[in-house]
Amino acid sequence: MRSYRRSHLGALEDEAVHVLRELAAERERPCLLFSGGKDSIVLLRLAEKAFRPARFPFPLLHVDTGHNFPETIAYRDRRVAELGERLIVARVQDSIDAGRVAEETGPRASRNRLQTTTLLDALEAHQFDAAIGGARRDEERARAKERIFSHRDELGQWDPKQQRPELWALYNGRLRRGEHLRVFPLSNWTELDVWQYIELEDIPLPEIYFAHERAIFERDRMLYAHNPFITLLPGETVRTAEVRFRTIGDMTCTGAVSSPARTLAEVIAEVAAARVTERGATRADDRATEAAMEDRKREGYF
Amino acid sequence: MRPAPAQGLVDDAELLRFSTAGSVDDGKSTLIGRLLYDTKTVFEDQLAHVTDVSTRRGDERVNLALLTDGLRAEREQGITIDVAYRYFATPRRKFIIADTPGHVQYTRNMVTGASTASLTIILVDARHGLVEQSRRHAVIAALLRIPHLVVAVNKMDLVGWDEAAFRRIETEVRAFAAGLDGPELTVIPISALTGANVVAASVEMPWYVGPALLAHLEAVDIASDANRVDARFPVQWVVRPQSAATAHHDYRGYAGQVAGGVLRPGDPIVVLPSGVTSTIAKIEQGGEAIAEAYAPMSVTLHLADAVDVGRGDMVCRPDNQPTVGQELDAMLCWLADKPLAAKGRYALKHTTRWTRAVIGEVSYRLDVNTGGRDAAAGALGKNDVGRVRLRTSTPILYDAYRQNRTTGSFILVDEATNATVAAGMLLQGPA
Repeated sequence: MRSYRRSHLGALEDEAVHVLRELAAERERPCLLFSGGKDSIVLLRLAEKAFRPARFPFPLLHVDTGHNFPETIAYRDRRVAELGERLIVARVQDSIDAGRVAEETGPRASRNRLQTTTLLDALEAHQFDAAIGGARRDEERARAKERIFSHRDELGQWDPKQQRPELWALYNGRLRRGEHLRVFPLSNWTELDVWQYIELEDIPLPEIYFAHERAIFERDRMLYAHNPFITLLPGETVRTAEVRFRTIGDMTCTGAVSSPARTLAEVIAEVAAARVTERGATRADDRATEAAMEDRKREGYF
Repeated sequence: MRPAPAQGLVDDAELLRFSTAGSVDDGKSTLIGRLLYDTKTVFEDQLAHVTDVSTRRGDERVNLALLTDGLRAEREQGITIDVAYRYFATPRRKFIIADTPGHVQYTRNMVTGASTASLTIILVDARHGLVEQSRRHAVIAALLRIPHLVVAVNKMDLVGWDEAAFRRIETEVRAFAAGLDGPELTVIPISALTGANVVAASVEMPWYVGPALLAHLEAVDIASDANRVDARFPVQWVVRPQSAATAHHDYRGYAGQVAGGVLRPGDPIVVLPSGVTSTIAKIEQGGEAIAEAYAPMSVTLHLADAVDVGRGDMVCRPDNQPTVGQELDAMLCWLADKPLAAKGRYALKHTTRWTRAVIGEVSYRLDVNTGGRDAAAGALGKNDVGRVRLRTSTPILYDAYRQNRTTGSFILVDEATNATVAAGMLLQGPA
């Protein structure tokens, strides 16, 4: 008898496409969180697989800190135009101007945490009842406990001890008024899976994922891009180095890694051999405390 | 460390989902830590974190169990509260571990972890043999119809790598498993602590000629697990481009994930519950036409005739149809604090269809520790398993769970709180 095998990337794609279609069928007003980072770029490809040749049954939402890498924004706008889908931009600056949040000050100021308010306000303003995100369980301890269809209460909060059991592929998308879902089609993907899928599908990425010359400085043993949003501390000096980014977030909290990897194959070889997790290597936002991600997630972070 | 284990992971390597369950002392966390560590999946920052926490807690050595505790409350209380998912890969396969705690809410968590698993690992202490918890785990694995069961007889180092000790337990395990009507069974002597027979074959037990645990995980045949006979396609979503100006004016695709059998262009089909027949004209996957589709593929079907098909319908072969029914007989795992109420009404989700269900009688409660039945129970509380009759407000299209884990399963949802309160496995299939 012949064998009906399915590759691991095929099985992960099958699951993610199923999740996207389930959500579209179960909720009236979802949106897809698109940041221009590699995980949300993969989400867009999976949405194409799930819904083309029809349009996506949801708009894209970008929570814009205003502290982006210009390459990311250029990529975002290019990709949205190619897809012909609707993009909504929710700006942290608007939340600051409206007095909803206060800008942090000092050399370590970041808008990372302020994004939560902007995100929750945008979900409410547009009456979204679900937000699709690119978070993966392998990224971080608290995320390892996350459901694929994850419930948020009317204040947008996550309660990890009151999560709905998730059995088989039977997702429970039911909500009361004012509540919403976060939906994570990439839950079971690892960083390496994402890179291998990008290669398999030949998906273009923002160029900063590949090695390039950049003015950088070192802080807390991480390499940061020299940028207008960070004030240098005494003793910090700017130099030029060959770097790439493993994750892309706000310029104030995303670190670069020293790397000569200029092609996808070289990046994949590096990822496979990496000795530090991607968030551990590059995200200051997770370093604040032992439960930094759990605390932010409880408040309604991505 | 981490010398590129997954670097050679080929694109068509398979994905194996397996579950583990156990309590603090049986070595489960050590085993998972060992698998992650020896396959070079543990990263330096994770290890540094675990080492740091172990030192602060005063542990004697680096406690690999801490790798799997994600939430603040878990670290504070030193227990695992919820199912945690872990990932590792070898050049041959990618693995997802559903790591379920054995002590707190064991049934709820084991059932959740087991529902998507192709294999489960039960750890048995070589000094003690089968204990209540290992029997319970085996009963639940059989109930959830996990196709492959591995009993890892752990702590062989503490019995002097003694073959007779292993054979005694193996005989006991095989006798118990024979009564379960269940999975394919493999028994492996290991030491999670020393790593013997976990990733590398043991030199201490030359009398054992079978595979090490990881070699078994890499080789076990999972492609044959799914039902490849009974074609079942629950329609999930209708793809119909709205803009009239495009080339896709007549495009009408029925999207879903294949739940059973093999579908090919040219196959005669029937759409249930309407009973309308047609032929598969084309199968698409991500926009590309493909020659066949089988579980778990997410695809889009095109039919030769313009028929009325929507979400919740099932496409199958005219000569092989699921049961259409409202009077259901099921094994139910109760997951909620509030007990199952006789005459209670719940929302029921089965494949891509929601309906409502009224609970009839509880035929018996299953003693998950022994497999015994208590016919006098009358109700089910949290973490109970029992056989229940229920009636749905509209017919569902189903198979027995033993025939098909997708078309044979459902969940119950409390309509007031929207909490998922039960996992159900249907007992009757086509006559």
